[in-house]
Amino acid sequence: MRNAADSTVPASAAPRTGAVASAPRSRFAAFLDSDLLHSFLRSRLVVLAALVSVAIVGAAVLAPVIAPHDPYDLKSLSLLDANTPPAWEKGGDPNYLLGTDDQGRDILSTILYGTRSSLAIGFCSVLLASALGLSLGLWAGYVGGRVDTVIMRIADVQLTFPAILTALLIDGVALAILRHHTVEGGKFSILVLAIGLSFWVQYARTVRGVTLVERNKEYVEAARLIGIGPLKIMFQHILPNVLGPVLVIATINLALAIITEATLSFLGVGLPPTEPSLGTMIQVGNKYLFSGSWWMVAFPGLTLALLALAVNLLGDWLRDALNPKLR
Amino acid sequence: MTRAALVEAKSLTRVFDVSKPWLSRLIEREPKAYLKAVTNVSFSVGRRETVALVGESGSGKSTVARMTVGLLTPTAGSVTIDGIDMWAPAGASERQKLRRRLQMIFQDPFASLNPRWRVDRIVADPIKAFGLAKDGAQIRHRVGELLTLVGLDPADGAKYPHEFSGGQRQRICIARALSSNPEFLVCDEPTSALDVSVQAQILNLMRDLQDRLGLSYLFISHNLAVVRHMATRIGVMYLGRIVEMAPAAELFAAPRHPYTRLLLDALPDLGMTGRPRRPIEGEIPNPIAPPPGCAFHPRCPWAFEPCRVDVPALMTKDGNGRAAACHAVVAGRI
Repeated sequence: MRNAADSTVPASAAPRTGAVASAPRSRFAAFLDSDLLHSFLRSRLVVLAALVSVAIVGAAVLAPVIAPHDPYDLKSLSLLDANTPPAWEKGGDPNYLLGTDDQGRDILSTILYGTRSSLAIGFCSVLLASALGLSLGLWAGYVGGRVDTVIMRIADVQLTFPAILTALLIDGVALAILRHHTVEGGKFSILVLAIGLSFWVQYARTVRGVTLVERNKEYVEAARLIGIGPLKIMFQHILPNVLGPVLVIATINLALAIITEATLSFLGVGLPPTEPSLGTMIQVGNKYLFSGSWWMVAFPGLTLALLALAVNLLGDWLRDALNPKLR
Repeated sequence: MTRAALVEAKSLTRVFDVSKPWLSRLIEREPKAYLKAVTNVSFSVGRRETVALVGESGSGKSTVARMTVGLLTPTAGSVTIDGIDMWAPAGASERQKLRRRLQMIFQDPFASLNPRWRVDRIVADPIKAFGLAKDGAQIRHRVGELLTLVGLDPADGAKYPHEFSGGQRQRICIARALSSNPEFLVCDEPTSALDVSVQAQILNLMRDLQDRLGLSYLFISHNLAVVRHMATRIGVMYLGRIVEMAPAAELFAAPRHPYTRLLLDALPDLGMTGRPRRPIEGEIPNPIAPPPGCAFHPRCPWAFEPCRVDVPALMTKDGNGRAAACHAVVAGRI
């Protein structure tokens, strides 16, 4: 009797907890069984690219923990250590595994910190570009008419200039405006702004194209029928359907943004040498290349190439994996 | 029935501008081109009544449906729901109150459900938009109720639309349409994308719901068999005009307008064996440049002089609500 009463309580409670617990589990199971994961594991190159990306991003995030020296700490720098070759070369110092630069900073530590700033600028500018491109593309595609014409003609004009030129222009204008009030981290924001504003076009065009298709579907009409406003329709109903292609572009653009930042820094308009990024390191190292100090440009350059390649491979794979026509 | 009509559409007209862009027109010296999709269409739907509009593709049935629910602004004419004009300038809250009372079931069950939304969110959307529930628990309860009403499981709410078949998706669409407790449903070819066996299920469900909830339907279809099963009154459309309007049984028993006659003759139906079947000759004309007079006269075997000159008006001949727009019928030639 008591047993029966005991068993009825958990019996009625069990399905409820079971239902709650099964929702995330089934989702994880669905992920394990998805086409995406299968196609990911099938390609060794993609797995390798993912591992390299994760390793580089992880190392950059953990830079303060794993770096042997702090390149920002001016007290620890000594000019006597400058231009030390890598540890295995003649005259190398085991303290500085990959050698030092012209100020005596440890190359390995500087790369770790530099990747950090490169990745941060890359992520932030991709975020800015995708947010801007997404909003403008949704607006142009959903409203259409004159709004569409104006936004897309601006996009077309910007597309005729190389992105790096646009970034240089925005960088220069922003610097000229902000010359008189230097803000903390100002250079970082200017770079994000410059790179972000030069990459929004691709998002806008893609999102507009998808929106043009989606806005004529009957589920949008069903939403209009119950009096839901255009903003809510754009961001709640249509947005989830355009996120797929945006994710692909964002991954590919991340590599491009990192390279653009490096290019800007290499050209001398990026981050200053006191807060090194990969591009700044390559710029500085480039000056010493012909005096035989190859390690100052080779290692940051290699890191940049590896990072860009890995992220690009991931983006390419994602584009193909999410394209049902190529399956 | 006409006195207590729930929905009254009066001389609805819709013209679409199908001109080429301004610059092309300038260079090619072409005038603006207009397409008269719907001309002077009037009908009324009484409470608990099903009025069907049938016609070939391009006859303007869907345009009428979209104007009736307010998705499309009529170029001329008016729609009144229970005496309230849908397009008269009214406050936003008035419009919203009116919107709650009418809903639509769409043709393509694959495009009418957002593929990235779970079913319970889709069905709950009108409930939230009209503020019909106080809290999340109440919404969930109502969604479960609606899914049961249309023959689905309340647990199906956690799934995405792609996990359902066409017929099940159409049930979800019906559940969404019913979630705002509407009185009037516009169904734009709700079964034309479904298998025949599933069509019958959906149609029976719709009739069942009509009886239980006291709904009125405006039923758009090109399928005469479906319409015969559903409708109390039928309007036959041809090139943007209603050419005949009659109670369903009478329309099938004794069609008046030549187009309706030819349409029924062409219908392959077991119950109508014995009558010679022949296809209607020719094609539906180009609506940008419709023929003068009666739009049907180039295909009509009974056409005579006035048909090429005057557009016939929809005229009632006897007192039982039958009306046809045909010179030959008025002249007693058929």
